[in-house]
Amino acid sequence: MMEIHKIVESLGLEVKAGSGVLHGRVEGGYVSDLLSDVIANSKKGDLWLTLQVHKNIVAVATLKELAGIVIIGGKTPAEDTVKKAEEEGIVLLTSPLPAFEIAGQLYELGIHGRN
Amino acid sequence: MLRGIRADLHIHTCLSPCGELEMTPQSIVRVCQEKKVDMIAVCDHNSAENVKSVQKAAEGTGLKVLAGMEITTAEEVHLLAIFGNEAQVTRLQTIVYEHLLPGENDEDLFGVQVVANEQDEVEAIVTKLLIGGTTLSLEEAVEKIHEIGGLAVPSHIDRESFSLVAQLGMIPEDLPVDALEVSALADVEDVKHQIPGADRFPLITSSDAHRLDEIGRVTTTFNMADTTLEEIKKALKRIDGRSILHAGESPC
Repeated sequence: MMEIHKIVESLGLEVKAGSGVLHGRVEGGYVSDLLSDVIANSKKGDLWLTLQVHKNIVAVATLKELAGIVIIGGKTPAEDTVKKAEEEGIVLLTSPLPAFEIAGQLYELGIHGRN
Repeated sequence: MLRGIRADLHIHTCLSPCGELEMTPQSIVRVCQEKKVDMIAVCDHNSAENVKSVQKAAEGTGLKVLAGMEITTAEEVHLLAIFGNEAQVTRLQTIVYEHLLPGENDEDLFGVQVVANEQDEVEAIVTKLLIGGTTLSLEEAVEKIHEIGGLAVPSHIDRESFSLVAQLGMIPEDLPVDALEVSALADVEDVKHQIPGADRFPLITSSDAHRLDEIGRVTTTFNMADTTLEEIKKALKRIDGRSILHAGESPC
């Protein structure tokens, strides 16, 4: 378990929304670009890595009480996605790295996937 | 006078890499007549290069052919764009081609992409990677379709692959689409209850035919005056007595 701001610092992630709630705890990680799969299989407190930028990612993170979202691969979240994340208090992060790299770095920090 | 008009608004041709080569303009028109389908929309993946030839093949037969396309959005959501005339879908095609992900079709992996004429002769082979996606977001694609005057209808929302609900988890708030398409595999009433928010939209069914024997396996029967896009728009909005009479397997 780790506070999200420590992950932001270690991985050099950019904070797009939720800068006021970076004390939240990350309990695990999940990688998927199918939002229906994230609804079905992610767990509360997961940090979610995805390439989707649609505003529905915020709805899914809210619904599943995820710790935050990392948009990977240098993709830019849609404007209404950022706005919605601010409204909902969801931490929205970006990285130029691909999901595999981010997941690997998280694993080295002790953040694991959970069954 | 209003009457029941059977429409199958999602039919692929031999241009779609996954469409069988038997899906030629003349064969499609013949099967539609056999199955008593009154109107169709030709909706190939990210291209509309066979729309005109199917329209020409249907001339004089009474079958109405609307000009469509099935766009793959950046989210990998399949979205039908349906227009009244070919010039409109060609305008959309220009935009879609500008936003296609790069790559060439591999015929061994995905299938041949044949542009046919109305005599079912091969006119050209499209080498673009039509099976891949585009960089158009769902909202951008819907906006472009509406600017050009068409209907935007997310495809097979009940399916687990390439559907609005699978890709985006739920129907986005405020998504200004004109209807939702239910696949041949599901029942419209079930979908209405199973997918939250689906009941806010008109639900249509269409075959998504990739083979001749799939044409018309499900259709939507509209109560309207003519086989035009304008009439369908009215039926979806339930204006002037127009409506959807039946969506699903043919009652006949």
